Amino acid sequence: MNAEPRILRTQAEETLAAEFQAARTRLAGGPETAARREAAFAAFQKAGLPHRRVEAWRYTDLRALMRKAAPLAEPGAVPAGLPAVSAFGGARLVIVDGSYRPELSDADGLDGVTIRPLADLLAADDPRVGASLAALDDPLVALNTALMTGGVAIDVAPGASVGRMIELAHVTTGAHATQTRNLVHVGADASLRLVETHTGPDGAAYQANGVTEAVIGDRARVVWAKLQQEGDAALHVGTLALTAGRETRFDHLVLMIGAVLSRSQQFVTLSGPEAKIGMNGATMLRGRQHADIALVVDHTEPACESRERFKAVVDGEAEAIFQGRIVVKPQAQKTDARMMTQGLLLSEGGQFSAKPELEIFADDVQCAHGATSGQIDEDLLFYLLARGIPRPEAETLLVTAFLAEAIEALGDETIAAVCEAAATRWLAARGGA
Amino acid sequence: MLEIRNLHATVDGKAILKGVDLVVPTGEVHAIMGPNGSGKSTLSYVLAGRDGYEVTEGEILFDGEDIVGLDPSERAAKGIFLAFQYPLEIPGVATMTFLKTALNAQRRQRGEPELSTPDFMRRVKGAADRLNITQDMLRRGLNVGFSGGEKKRNEILQMALLEPKLAVLDETDSGLDIDALRVVSDGVNALRSPDRSMLVITHYQRLLDHIVPDKVHVLSAGRIVRTGGPELALELEAKGYADYQANAA
Repeated sequence: MNAEPRILRTQAEETLAAEFQAARTRLAGGPETAARREAAFAAFQKAGLPHRRVEAWRYTDLRALMRKAAPLAEPGAVPAGLPAVSAFGGARLVIVDGSYRPELSDADGLDGVTIRPLADLLAADDPRVGASLAALDDPLVALNTALMTGGVAIDVAPGASVGRMIELAHVTTGAHATQTRNLVHVGADASLRLVETHTGPDGAAYQANGVTEAVIGDRARVVWAKLQQEGDAALHVGTLALTAGRETRFDHLVLMIGAVLSRSQQFVTLSGPEAKIGMNGATMLRGRQHADIALVVDHTEPACESRERFKAVVDGEAEAIFQGRIVVKPQAQKTDARMMTQGLLLSEGGQFSAKPELEIFADDVQCAHGATSGQIDEDLLFYLLARGIPRPEAETLLVTAFLAEAIEALGDETIAAVCEAAATRWLAARGGA
Repeated sequence: MLEIRNLHATVDGKAILKGVDLVVPTGEVHAIMGPNGSGKSTLSYVLAGRDGYEVTEGEILFDGEDIVGLDPSERAAKGIFLAFQYPLEIPGVATMTFLKTALNAQRRQRGEPELSTPDFMRRVKGAADRLNITQDMLRRGLNVGFSGGEKKRNEILQMALLEPKLAVLDETDSGLDIDALRVVSDGVNALRSPDRSMLVITHYQRLLDHIVPDKVHVLSAGRIVRTGGPELALELEAKGYADYQANAA
């Protein structure tokens, strides 16, 4: 450990240090994992909780916003109100408070898929754990590495076409901290549809900090959605670190609707030529919610195509943030990348901040980005009113249409239907203007 | 049916309508003609109840009831339909969804039961076929990627489904070539009925060759300055609006 221990300043940071000291001997993993945990915690201590002077976190000052660190979750809790079956009609892997629970899961009919508790990989010091994170310098990822419990490891065999959708259900049961780590490896020529759901009780100030590492093999086809519907007092930080190989087709959607404070980070590396990816987001906020989406798409090989579409609907005093960066490395000629982010403000007090960036080091590329922010279009609203559609219903229709572009870009009707139902419930609770 | 009395209206504080008097009896088709800037489009928006178009004096009686205080959606449910000069595109709202939402919203407001999906589909298909609107167009986002003529046909389709008592057609001929004009006019004429009034707002006479009005009114500087039969439109086409613009000054 070469990091000089830094004097901790906030109460939350002190609590985290005490928790790590108390938990370090009983955390899962072999000797190499234990060493990685120590190194990661040292890195976290050095950086501390991210704050506004850390550019990647400038809109989400965790040092100021996270006053206290919740105690680490104890294993074994029984989640209340878990639906009998997955809302997506497929398999469901249940992760309770950061630990995979096979006895609550339904993993039938997944030919070509191997599912293991992540704790098994940690015990065996599997080198794949953490492999996708080497290039990331993020304090919350380091914190997760230090404290990670057991999520799930999903391996899809090369060529396997997984017909059944997999829901990865993250459930938090009370006001504690969870540090979930998942691993998803999709073999070459395989196909997979995956939905992460994140839920927990309203009124509980829990803190979920999850990391998912994913490697998508050559020519694989993956549809992946993340539905963040945490309880209304929750803090959610989720990181996806994903590498996509040659000629992969990867479509992703993140829906941000819950939690009082949330951040979803997606770090995507296109590591083979001619990959096609779509990264999409739909955020719906009200009250004093704060939701931040951070996206980095790194084009490292030629002729890849990426499309980024992020939409935010903001009501009340809420704040939505989108920070998106497209990087085109020198060898990534013929890159075609387009990023669009749009905010729709439903109230005077709502805020939308967008920071799209392009970093281009190749000369034969097509890249574009755009950002807009505005209110409901009065002309469109009048058109609907003039056809007899009452104002609340007309506004709902327009907001739904605004979000639909991002949701439908995923290209999966089952997931789109669940997302649209969530959006409709959100709008119904709003009760119109 | 429609009775407008001494209607004054402002847009952004500027007086546009300055005492319009107009009666359109049930079952009649009246045309409003006039030079640019005479207040034609303002009159259509005031009838539909658009925000920002403020009635400062006078009344709009529809079936004897003053509708000035009503929201546009309430007016629509009472049977007033405005065919837009420039129909808007709404990506993400399929035309079919839009039609069904509008129709059922109006029925709800009138205390009528909502239509079942098969019943609704039957009605749409019948009306769409008559207007050469394909199923593909109905599945697309409202007016998204439609040509000018397709958008106007889509307006007439909406009118056919919503079965208004009063249709206000705002410059329905603008942007249409001769063939599109004929399809749209045929669509409108098919909806003429003893129970339905129409107010056809146009700058040019050519639309009135296809949709022959019972009466023609000339609007100039915010007032109806002349009323006559269909022959008045021909006279305006021959002589232009110069006389009326001079009067207005």
